[in-house]
Amino acid sequence: MAYSEKVIDHYENPRNVGSFDKNDPTIATGMVGAPACGDVMKLQLKISEGGIIEDAKFKTYGCGSAIASSSLVTEWVKGKSIEEAQKLSNTEIAEELALPPVKIHCSILAEDAIKAAIEDYKSRK
Amino acid sequence: MRFFDLFELPVSFQLDNELLLERYREIQKKVHPDHHASASDNEKLLSVQKASEVNDAYETLKKPLTRAEYMVAEHGFDVRHEQHTIRDGMFLMQQMELREELEEIESATDVEAAFDRFYSDVKQLINEYTAKFESEFNQSSFESAADAVRKLRFIYKLKEEAQLLEDKLLDF
Repeated sequence: MAYSEKVIDHYENPRNVGSFDKNDPTIATGMVGAPACGDVMKLQLKISEGGIIEDAKFKTYGCGSAIASSSLVTEWVKGKSIEEAQKLSNTEIAEELALPPVKIHCSILAEDAIKAAIEDYKSRK
Repeated sequence: MRFFDLFELPVSFQLDNELLLERYREIQKKVHPDHHASASDNEKLLSVQKASEVNDAYETLKKPLTRAEYMVAEHGFDVRHEQHTIRDGMFLMQQMELREELEEIESATDVEAAFDRFYSDVKQLINEYTAKFESEFNQSSFESAADAVRKLRFIYKLKEEAQLLEDKLLDF
């Protein structure tokens, strides 16, 4: 299967790979997995007191599309409020990366990772 | 045609693989297109279709993961094709740690021993979630049974990746 140039770019130069200390109170962690392909994604957001996402990091085990999807959302959510980030949809991710239909679940995974991280943030407050 | 009925076996995860193979061969003999050489084109076509269905049924029931997937699919949980994501943090954290462990296995002083340990952990997880699937299924808790199957998919995938890496590192 041919990957789009954007997928290859994110795959070869993933942005914001890594972890924050999950016990840091300003860090929200979202863990999600896709049973269809065994992908596991961890997305962490550093959220300011005003509810602005200051930084994001990810760690993903999965295919090129899953890595590209998570890399892309870490770039997109930076500087956004949690309300704005929550509105990001998988179709925007899939469109930006030109994902083929069989890889749509990778963009769903990335969307769900943001939602899971925001839920974690809200549950801690 | 329901797969278990086809082989006249009870719907149960516990399965006698030798009996399954025996029944499979009996049916395959009957439906094999070569035995219908004098049949009409239509009958031949039917026999080809039937033979492929029987093959599919056998391959599905033979392996534990596909058997479990099939069993929950019969109750409306098509875990093979769904776009479902799971959020069980504890389970996913453990999966991530195991994947990290696999990444570092290359630098182990004794790679073979490290793989043995890894497989033993994976096997334990497979046993744990298989037992969970079976007990939930037998209590007709199909939603929870499907959840256990989704987790088994992650674990089997990890095992597959470990095997690929082992072949590469130990140059089989």
